[in-house]
Amino acid sequence: MSLFVDIEKKLGGFRLRALLDTDAPITGLLGASGCGKSLTLKCIAGIQRPDRGRILLDGRVLFDSEAGIDLPPQQRRVGYLFQQYALFPTMTVYENIRCGARGRGSRAEQDTIVRQMLAQLQLQGLESLRPAQLSGGQAQRVALARMLAADPRLLLLDEPFSALDAHLRDLLQPQLRDLLRTVGRQAVLVTHSRDEAYRLCSTLCIMDEGRTLRTGPTKEVFADPQSMAAARLTGCKNLAEARRVDDHTVEVPAWGVRLQTARPVPDNLRAVGLRAHYFNPRTAVNRFAVQDAGAMEEPFEWCLLFRYAGQDPGSAPLWWRMPKDKKPARMPAELGIAPENVLLLTQ
Amino acid sequence: MDWFPLYNSLRIAALSSVVVFFAGLAAAYYAARLPRLVKGALDAVLTLPMVLPPTVVGYLLLLVFGNKRPLGQLLANFDIPFVMTWYGGVLAAAVVAFPLMYRTARGAFESFDATLAQAGQTLGLSNTFIFWRIRMPACRQGILAGVVLAFARALGEYGATSMLIGYTPGRTATISTTVYQLWRTGDDAGALFWVLVNLGISAAVLLTVNWLERPAKGGPTP
Repeated sequence: MSLFVDIEKKLGGFRLRALLDTDAPITGLLGASGCGKSLTLKCIAGIQRPDRGRILLDGRVLFDSEAGIDLPPQQRRVGYLFQQYALFPTMTVYENIRCGARGRGSRAEQDTIVRQMLAQLQLQGLESLRPAQLSGGQAQRVALARMLAADPRLLLLDEPFSALDAHLRDLLQPQLRDLLRTVGRQAVLVTHSRDEAYRLCSTLCIMDEGRTLRTGPTKEVFADPQSMAAARLTGCKNLAEARRVDDHTVEVPAWGVRLQTARPVPDNLRAVGLRAHYFNPRTAVNRFAVQDAGAMEEPFEWCLLFRYAGQDPGSAPLWWRMPKDKKPARMPAELGIAPENVLLLTQ
Repeated sequence: MDWFPLYNSLRIAALSSVVVFFAGLAAAYYAARLPRLVKGALDAVLTLPMVLPPTVVGYLLLLVFGNKRPLGQLLANFDIPFVMTWYGGVLAAAVVAFPLMYRTARGAFESFDATLAQAGQTLGLSNTFIFWRIRMPACRQGILAGVVLAFARALGEYGATSMLIGYTPGRTATISTTVYQLWRTGDDAGALFWVLVNLGISAAVLLTVNWLERPAKGGPTP
């Protein structure tokens, strides 16, 4: 399985420039809302037409502006799970799923496919219900069943959990992951949640303001996000502009500190990021005097805010997160951070 | 008792409703996809018959379909003249009722959730299937209301009809032209009878529209 996307599209004042080349079972598209994630999926599915570029699926050309190829969505064999599931409101669950199976053999064969899907997604007993009578989780399963009944080569999941409440979301994520493993089809999942991306996707593509910034194995993207947008999207709280001093030193004027780095500092360095979990009062390097700037209690963690002694008063305080049982009685006089945890950002 | 006006009115209204159903649907479907500026202009043209005086519509129809006009002559040669015939009444009623169907159907199409059609496409469903089995059922209330309104308007048509097909008892007489004719000739009882018939039908039609426009059971898709 492989998906190759290289497209451009202008939509009003918005410019999409998406580059994606992946053969991972589940690729995540992580970005803030309005960054062009859904538009990218719609271009792959053929619902939107890019101005320029190429889309290839397993070597099959779906779109090629130069060769004048633009397969209609019906011929792409690309399944699309919509944010609100887009179940046909006037049809029953059975009829909805049967719509996916149309065009796959005789009527009897289609009915067999529908029954398989009902069983696989545990929808027995709901066949004659209408979409309005289903719970959010059931609706998601019906939409998945309908999509899989069409036997697509690629699955596009557009924020599959955004229509569900937080509790259900956590419950259904492992189920979806297992289902996708069983089905064995390549999938692209759009999300703005770093947790969802980290849990479900082996490969991650970061999108910001219509551009794909970086694609790589999820853990690598989290460990070395490379751009401000990616650092922010992967949950990095402390970001500041920085400049290179030498191969392993950066200066951060806003915080009034010089940090040692494990990775070599690139020439085009723009900023650094320090994840809130990685500060440690016992770390000897990158250790600076800090001042208490308040605290915030969270359900399972504490977040202590602090300022470096030499910090620019106009800049925001830094976040230090820890489990509740690790909270010190009061803010230590000095805090350090290991050189390998200084994120070097070039964009 | 001569029931011809009732029969003639019903067949004219029914046939023009069928014509208007397809014409209005097609116009609404394609207008909903046009760029805004073109849509505005087309919208004005297509709605014009609703706001013009029916006599003006009748006059315009005579300009096109009159027996001395090219198109009218051509049709007369094929033995289907639209002047002074009952199917001329279908034409007049259809033109006047068209905007009602077009506007109601367009409103229904515009509130249709486009992702449903897109979902259908990604499932491999043909655009014909999507139109008749997904879009139409989802919009059925608005569309049915449009048909019923168009039928009611066609049934009540007087101005354009009387100009195009006149009043010939037993051939082109409709309820509305009969009422006028009977009143003019002093047959008050006869006129009142047909007025009551017309009131009954129109009330039934409007009650049907209200019933069709009640909110659907259940709610939107979760």
